[in-house]
Amino acid sequence: MTPYFAILRARFAAVLQYRAAAFAGFGTQLAFGLVLIYVYEAFYRSSRGPQPMALGEVVTYIWLGQALLSLLPWDTEPDVRALIRDGGVAYELLRPVDLYALWYVRTVAWRLARAALRSTPLVIVAMVFFQMRPPASLAAGLAWAAATAGAVALACAMTSLYHVSMLWTVAGEGVTTISATLVLFLSGMMIPLPLLPAWVQRITAALPFRGLVDLPFRLYIGSIPTERLAGILLEQAGWTLAFVALGRWLLNRGLRRVAVQGG
Amino acid sequence: MPQIIVENLCKTFTVHERSSGMGGALRGVIRRRSRQVHALDGISFSVEPGELIGYIGPNGAGKSTTVKVLGGILVPDGGRCVVMGRVPWKQRIEHVRSIGVVFGQRTQLWWDLPVVESFDLLRDIYRVPRDAYARTRAEMTELLDLAPLLDVPVRQLSLGQRMRCDLAASLLHSPDILFLDEPTIGLDAVSKLAVRDFVRRLNRQRGVTVILTTHDMDDIEALCSRVVVIANGQIALDGPLEELRRRVSSERRLTVDLAGDGEEVFDPDAILVRREGNRVELSFDPSRVSAATLIARLAQRHEVSDLFVQDVPIEEVVARLYAEMGT
Repeated sequence: MTPYFAILRARFAAVLQYRAAAFAGFGTQLAFGLVLIYVYEAFYRSSRGPQPMALGEVVTYIWLGQALLSLLPWDTEPDVRALIRDGGVAYELLRPVDLYALWYVRTVAWRLARAALRSTPLVIVAMVFFQMRPPASLAAGLAWAAATAGAVALACAMTSLYHVSMLWTVAGEGVTTISATLVLFLSGMMIPLPLLPAWVQRITAALPFRGLVDLPFRLYIGSIPTERLAGILLEQAGWTLAFVALGRWLLNRGLRRVAVQGG
Repeated sequence: MPQIIVENLCKTFTVHERSSGMGGALRGVIRRRSRQVHALDGISFSVEPGELIGYIGPNGAGKSTTVKVLGGILVPDGGRCVVMGRVPWKQRIEHVRSIGVVFGQRTQLWWDLPVVESFDLLRDIYRVPRDAYARTRAEMTELLDLAPLLDVPVRQLSLGQRMRCDLAASLLHSPDILFLDEPTIGLDAVSKLAVRDFVRRLNRQRGVTVILTTHDMDDIEALCSRVVVIANGQIALDGPLEELRRRVSSERRLTVDLAGDGEEVFDPDAILVRREGNRVELSFDPSRVSAATLIARLAQRHEVSDLFVQDVPIEEVVARLYAEMGT
């Protein structure tokens, strides 16, 4: 087994142990989803004009977002955070592996394991009781799955950049406060992007965030045709490469000056 | 050819400081005060394969910094460092394959995993072939008595158990050089002995080069033939343990148990160091008076029930050396 896959597997298995956290997360996301849906229902009832998305599409979009919240790059991996804070980076550098790849792999494992734990019960409950719909078609479902893989790659590249930035700031709170707001709003997590004014959508189209939520979700509900999948994957891959390149460059600079906390 | 060559190694850290209190904190917002700390200020030494070296010095002397440079973690500001023909920080990945490191203050095992899974993970990370891994693991399990610990999650181990597991973990890839950074810190007497015994066997039987930093002078006395003392980022002494003793003082100690109570003990060539009940400890300079003469004189004047001669405890030697160096 390659080192990276071994670490991925071990970390995934470790995160699966945190069942209580997952249960709490499930409860929180269920409550958030319901509140959001009631708000949108009220909007849709009170407005007469035609909307860019049907209410049913919005409901499914919201549930998907709540189910997959842990895949979004709005927080940092607790192990990596602790390593940077208390100087455990030293041990990481003693391993015959590439440090960037090591952190990236850990992040992937952590995000996937948390999402797996939380999304399964949430999707079942939302589909049975709260009008979440299955993918528009089999093709839409497959396209969504492919775009979700692209979204995870991108999300973890962004998260890795936060991790690297912590070599300078030590505490990660500042970075995650800013990133949480940016990511949740610009990805479509807070308000589905089609509901935003056209000029805002022009901005989000030029930014990496819509590849995390909006594009894969709209493949799922069928409002983006599956023919656009290749373009979406390309957009995600381009941004991913950019974030990886930036993260690697910064990591190499950071390691030269790192004092390794605690003597 | 030496296995480790260190020449004129320098490393400077910038420390940001601020005065205490709210005033200091506010001034710190406007202008940060910083100070240069020379953690390593021109260190040179070399190590032959199979040596077991004690690397000692007061807190903040630069011990850990040296270990981190040799381990490829830190990039020095100046000087040369070659370990087994490689420059550690330039060829980090190849370099770390051939070394093992244990930091006493920090575990390299995965907190949530049972010990054996941490070991398996390390096998994958170092790409150790399966049969070689099985052999080494079995050997380590036997030598360090790990069998009852293998299935326990690391967070539930006691410090002594954890250190034994950490030692095993650092050796699973059969490194040629082992760096031990305070491996006995916080351990009880039994665990310390187990660690020392293991390190000695590893060095003698397998020929692994060991560089040991410690504050426990019993570790040094039990294990090391050569001691490197570092203070203020410079090497203060490099040689056998006896040389360290000679350098600081030639004095020896005579401990006498008297038969009678409360007798005054006096000799013109000896100094009374301490007295506890019937036990009297005298310090003398063997170049002025031989142990035999001193004992004879004392036995004449007092009724002696027991006595023994020994060297100054290594702790005291080192404490004096540190004091001499003004740290």
